[in-house]
Amino acid sequence: MSIDHPTDYQERVESVPPFKIHITSYKIHETYHCSVDDFDPGAVIARSSGMTREEAELKAVMRAKERMEHTRVRKPADHEVQQED
Amino acid sequence: MANSYAHPEVLVDTEWVSRHRSDPNTRLVEVDVDTQAYKEAHIPNAVGWNWQTQLSDQVRRDLVSKKDLEQLLGNSGIDNNTSVILYGDNNNWFAAWAFWQLKIYGHRDVRIMNGGRKKWIKEGREVTTEIPAISKKMYTATDPDQSLRAYVNEISSTTANPISLVDVRSADEYSGKVLAPPGLPETCQRGGHVPGAYNIPWGKNVNEDGTFRSFEDLRTLYEPLGITSNKNIVAYCRIGERSSLTWFVLKYLLGYANVKNYDGSWTEWGNLVNAPVAQGGQP
Repeated sequence: MSIDHPTDYQERVESVPPFKIHITSYKIHETYHCSVDDFDPGAVIARSSGMTREEAELKAVMRAKERMEHTRVRKPADHEVQQED
Repeated sequence: MANSYAHPEVLVDTEWVSRHRSDPNTRLVEVDVDTQAYKEAHIPNAVGWNWQTQLSDQVRRDLVSKKDLEQLLGNSGIDNNTSVILYGDNNNWFAAWAFWQLKIYGHRDVRIMNGGRKKWIKEGREVTTEIPAISKKMYTATDPDQSLRAYVNEISSTTANPISLVDVRSADEYSGKVLAPPGLPETCQRGGHVPGAYNIPWGKNVNEDGTFRSFEDLRTLYEPLGITSNKNIVAYCRIGERSSLTWFVLKYLLGYANVKNYDGSWTEWGNLVNAPVAQGGQP
């Protein structure tokens, strides 16, 4: 069985107004893998691979942003704002 | 502080899995939100289950049938005496979903790898892309244990049968600001929450490294909101997987006796005609 060990693990959070994304990347064998989740609640919405971290992240982040553009945001009603004050 | 959990036997750590992943009576199973993750890499000897096609009925909206689950388990080399070790991405969202279904169908020895796929990868432990060769086994499931599952009629008749509802979605989903997690398809007609439900997002159950928070931390999270061991509690989210993680925490880590997962969740309630909906940040 071919066994590898992930290396070079990194995580960071970026803002994609009005939301945030959480980017995770690491290397397995000679390939970098990147997954992007929507930070809150944390669902993975894009994944990509590449020969470099930059290549893997670029594709995954672009795909995540495309998906998040379709998210509709409802403005709170006045009574909700008052409730939360 | 894992040893202070009510049922510490349902958790194993990554080091335990590293040492026992090839034990003959143990089967590792990866269940991910992202169904491509297993193909990318997985723990050697782990089989991968697809929650969309293998842990759900493929015609109606329902859990996998008893017959199909028996076939899935048998094909995965699992019999009634196998120790099943579940793990997955997103801090074990769908590993907990699988755990819940295995308990519904009566499997005795099911455990979750604390920290899930994230912790395993971060620690640089062994991975492979090879799918293990499996010797099929026979599996006989019990009839479903309905005491673990809530249906919509229980949610709508809370006056007659008082329950404490825990909405484990994000604050934005709970308030109705968004109809789905950002980037995911909207599966409901209306946003908000079931009136009276408390918002305790699933992520509050876990630490930064993906492991579950301590017994004391969890108790401090739930008890001040009246989510206590003497109550009948129902957890829900959007489709029931995040809430299965909270169900796991309440039932097995805190040891609450009466906890159900409402897998109809907001995808059902947010589409019901004439169902009451609350919006904003208050229960």
